[in-house]
Amino acid sequence: MNETPIIEVRQLTKTYRVGEVDVHALRGVDIEVQKGEFIAVVGTSGSGKSTLFNVLGGLTPPSTGSVHIGGKDLSHMTNAERTNLRKDTVGFVFQKYNLLPTLSAEDNIKIVKYIGGHGIDFDAPFNEVLRLLGIAERLKHKPRALSGGQQQRVAIARAIVNGPAILLADEPTGNLDSQNSAAVLNLLKDLNQRLGQTILMITHDEEAASYAHRRVHMRDGQLLP
Amino acid sequence: MLPLLSSLRSGAPLYNEQVLLNKLTFANLGHRPVRTLLSILAIAVEVTMILTLVGVSNGTLHESARRARGTGADILVRPPGTSAMSSVSSAPMSDKLVDVFRAEPHVVMVTGTIVQPLELFDTLTGLNMDEFAKMSGGFRFVQGGLPTQDTDLIIDEPYAREKHLQVGSTLKLISREWHVSGVYEPGKLARICARLEALQQFTANAHHLSQIYVKVDDSNQAQAIVDSLRAKYPGYQIYTLEYYTSFLSVSSLGLLRNFIYVVIGVAMIVGFIVVFMAMYTAVLERTREIGILKAVGSSSGLILNMLLRETLLLAVIGTGVGILLTYLTQWLMVHFAPGGMTQETVYKWWPITGVIAITGSLIGAIIPGIKAVRQDATEALSYE
Repeated sequence: MNETPIIEVRQLTKTYRVGEVDVHALRGVDIEVQKGEFIAVVGTSGSGKSTLFNVLGGLTPPSTGSVHIGGKDLSHMTNAERTNLRKDTVGFVFQKYNLLPTLSAEDNIKIVKYIGGHGIDFDAPFNEVLRLLGIAERLKHKPRALSGGQQQRVAIARAIVNGPAILLADEPTGNLDSQNSAAVLNLLKDLNQRLGQTILMITHDEEAASYAHRRVHMRDGQLLP
Repeated sequence: MLPLLSSLRSGAPLYNEQVLLNKLTFANLGHRPVRTLLSILAIAVEVTMILTLVGVSNGTLHESARRARGTGADILVRPPGTSAMSSVSSAPMSDKLVDVFRAEPHVVMVTGTIVQPLELFDTLTGLNMDEFAKMSGGFRFVQGGLPTQDTDLIIDEPYAREKHLQVGSTLKLISREWHVSGVYEPGKLARICARLEALQQFTANAHHLSQIYVKVDDSNQAQAIVDSLRAKYPGYQIYTLEYYTSFLSVSSLGLLRNFIYVVIGVAMIVGFIVVFMAMYTAVLERTREIGILKAVGSSSGLILNMLLRETLLLAVIGTGVGILLTYLTQWLMVHFAPGGMTQETVYKWWPITGVIAITGSLIGAIIPGIKAVRQDATEALSYE
């Protein structure tokens, strides 16, 4: 018997109004992601993959269609419910790391743990994750004192600190050199294999996508068959 | 729900979480030190403005009351048509009234004065030096002594310090050269005194007085004596000194009180605008960071909470600095204008001013706070 997909998207559309013009960023997307899967959504700039990331992460509501994340239907969620979804169910890794510059690496992670309502202290398994990510010794540093690769690893730690069902990564290697890119992608693969973390990664890079179990391609707001 | 409440309800280790939020608050303020310092300074100026005005109002009035009590009199007689709080700038009473009041029962001493207004708050007071000395116990001179010539005058120490005067100095008042014959300890009726007859003559008020001071045999009976004098001399404004000095307070002076309220209002608006600008810029600068917090599931309450913490911290530090600056204005006044206004430290106004500064600041943070809360996470994240 098939398990219920952790992400289930049916006929998803998203239309933005830019000035007088309607921009159809997503035009009927259907996708299913199983729990524990590592999937890459590959597409060029303007293909709609970042919009898909934003909708799946509950950052923006869909225009039409249905989106179920962990069994919850996003299409009818209020802002507050989508905030809770981001707090409880989804973790984000962004291309530009998006760490708070005024806080240390450790506090960047702790503030998210606090927002998730899990206190601020790291438990033993999470300390192990920090060692796996190779940032245990760099936690007291501010982001500006860290390399791009280290910042992205802190961002990954922040994304999984509350144990989200899904990790969404938007061009996680977009700002990194090839060595750091490989390191970060291997870490994502490790997290997927060792912890069973479901990962949906947005990328334009086929090489990055090759780390995933499965790749889907997007063009003009649609997934290619 | 506010994070503080949620922490309480979940029983999470509140202390560490609050430390983390406070760390973020300090870090955010420290991230833009110039803006933070300017905001603190602006709030401090608001606080200093209020405290200095209240301090000067109270100090100057209390100093006037102290000097009035220093006469040793129990009753004050003012001309018809004046009030306890109106300034006396003319001399409409005949000096024969001194003998008239002296003949009244229970009256043991009477002396009249003439008051000539000078610039700003200063006045030149003409006294019968012998009578005044008997009533008040006499001036305590730190330099020189009583006037011996018609153009001599005596001044109190703060006035001498402010104007750099000493015995033998000359100064020009009411178009006439005066010589300082003595400098006395403050607290006796006026800051500048001359002989009564001389000042009456120089101001073309021969045999006329501005005020009459009366000492009675039993101070406790002063009010009863005032009542009988009022009945006998209708029209004259006759008060006990106690009643007169009780009027020398901010709460009794409607105009001054209203002026203080206006200054408080202006100061509050200044504080509001400064904090509004500071927080509005902070929210704009931190658009991306607010987007990050929203993306990771931060509630509107937490974002608002962080901004309000910053505002509160600015206001509290600003209030503290403002109180310290008040001591500076006090010092400046003592050293550069000791003969003019007196500034007191009015402790009961510290919390009042603190509340005013904090309220103005928090109101100033409301609109930036709403802007922060309403920011769209995806737009905020793409903000450069």
